[in-house]
Amino acid sequence: MLSVNKGNDPLLKRPFSIHQFCNGDIKILYRVVGKGTEILSNCSEGSTLEALGPLGNKFPAPSKKKRIILVAGGMGVAPLFYLAEKLKKRGPVFFYGARTADEVLLVSGLRSLGIIPTISTDDGSLGKKGNIISVLNKSMLQGPESCENLILYACGPEPMLRALSRLSNKLNIPCNVSVEQHMACGIGTCLGCIVKTHKGHKRVCREGPVFRSDDIVWD
Amino acid sequence: MNVSMKRNIDLSVKIGTLKLKNPVMTASGTFGYGDEYSEFVDIHKLGAVVVKGLSLKPKEGNPPPRIVETPSGMLNAIGLQNIGIDAFVKRKLPYLREVRAKVIANFFGDSVGEYVQAAEKLSAADGIHALEMNISCPNKQEGWIVFGTDPRVAYEVVSAVRKATTLPLIVKLSPNVTDIAAMARTAEDAGADALSLINTLTGMAIDIRNGKPKLANTVGGLSGPAIRPVAVRMVYECYRKVKIPIIGMGGILSADDVIEFMLAGAAAVAVGTGNFINPRITMDILGELKIYMKSQGIHAVSRLTGGAHC
Repeated sequence: MLSVNKGNDPLLKRPFSIHQFCNGDIKILYRVVGKGTEILSNCSEGSTLEALGPLGNKFPAPSKKKRIILVAGGMGVAPLFYLAEKLKKRGPVFFYGARTADEVLLVSGLRSLGIIPTISTDDGSLGKKGNIISVLNKSMLQGPESCENLILYACGPEPMLRALSRLSNKLNIPCNVSVEQHMACGIGTCLGCIVKTHKGHKRVCREGPVFRSDDIVWD
Repeated sequence: MNVSMKRNIDLSVKIGTLKLKNPVMTASGTFGYGDEYSEFVDIHKLGAVVVKGLSLKPKEGNPPPRIVETPSGMLNAIGLQNIGIDAFVKRKLPYLREVRAKVIANFFGDSVGEYVQAAEKLSAADGIHALEMNISCPNKQEGWIVFGTDPRVAYEVVSAVRKATTLPLIVKLSPNVTDIAAMARTAEDAGADALSLINTLTGMAIDIRNGKPKLANTVGGLSGPAIRPVAVRMVYECYRKVKIPIIGMGGILSADDVIEFMLAGAAAVAVGTGNFINPRITMDILGELKIYMKSQGIHAVSRLTGGAHC
């Protein structure tokens, strides 16, 4: 979590995923969506920010036999790019959905990892038109043999994760999702960032942000 | 160097019979059960740890979203999620005993009977030094009246709990009332040993893009520096009307804020939302407080209490 200023407004730290970690530097990829990210975007090089982390869990490593599918929606690409980098030797398949072509990032970065992402946009301005979960379903998951030995990793908006969870449940594919929630403390005490699971409320900052999609109760 | 500068500073305060090594406590619901903060804070250095509000049975709390940031503050509608008194005593209290923490157990109930049972259970446990009762929740057995907003109901529940415990009894008042001093007097008359002022102010925020409340629970409790002036005023007002000590809280982020509350009449303070912003904030505040006292030549911090009333 990052504190974007020293004053009282905004008051709380902002949670971010780690986009890259190299040579001791942590890189964070974000889109300006509100006051916090607006202030952050105006920070000059060399500014000092208070940071707390890393917090919570991580994507579980896939077993050796598994074929890996990564699914990113919008800014969910930030942590999935990092995961793709870590798993590049395993030749992961990358599905990437966004609203418009402007919001599709890191395509060349993925290419340099040897990954050609399958892209879809809501308006069809890049890649296929429509949502990425139906693109994934139609292009890869037809017939029982095609679903064998797969493992899914995803990060993106809740409707996308919900649709992916429904699909992976139906096809019996293990699926790990990184979820978002409003957060105050980041260390498990405020109980603000809970997600409903079949084993009760879990804290995104502590037990998450990565959950098995079939553990989550999707309303 | 004058005499006062040579003497050591004295941070200790008294809340009735409860002696604290310093006036800085943690506010209930912002410090978990203490163990979560162990990597940031020397728990035994705190005046006291007020633990997350406990009920007889575990409580799941509200659905998300539970928190929303507002100007210089935040709204929360956690819904009193907690592990229940039995689990607290078994799983959390041993740690607090081990680190020699001064433990104040915050608790609540859905009825007078539940409050009494909760107080009895907590009083029987080893390692709890005082009780703080949250009366900002509704009486589910009698018309859902919030205990802390009706003097008759508040008197009934506080006096019932008073009979059920010999531990120092702190009553945490709701600020969502017309006359806070009248509620303070009610709690005092019912046998409270001290008051905590203030709980969160009821508020709400609406998402103008979809026209819906931002919290799943529609309304929530406002905390943070946004409420500090309201809290300081309430402490000031109650200090004039009651004889029992007051623990001040509401948006404390620095030693300056601690001093402000003490001058208004607080004998001790609790840091709440500040723990979320900076997990080490209580230790930082204690450091700042010592520097302030040295620079001002103040020997005993307790001398600050009520200073603004002269």
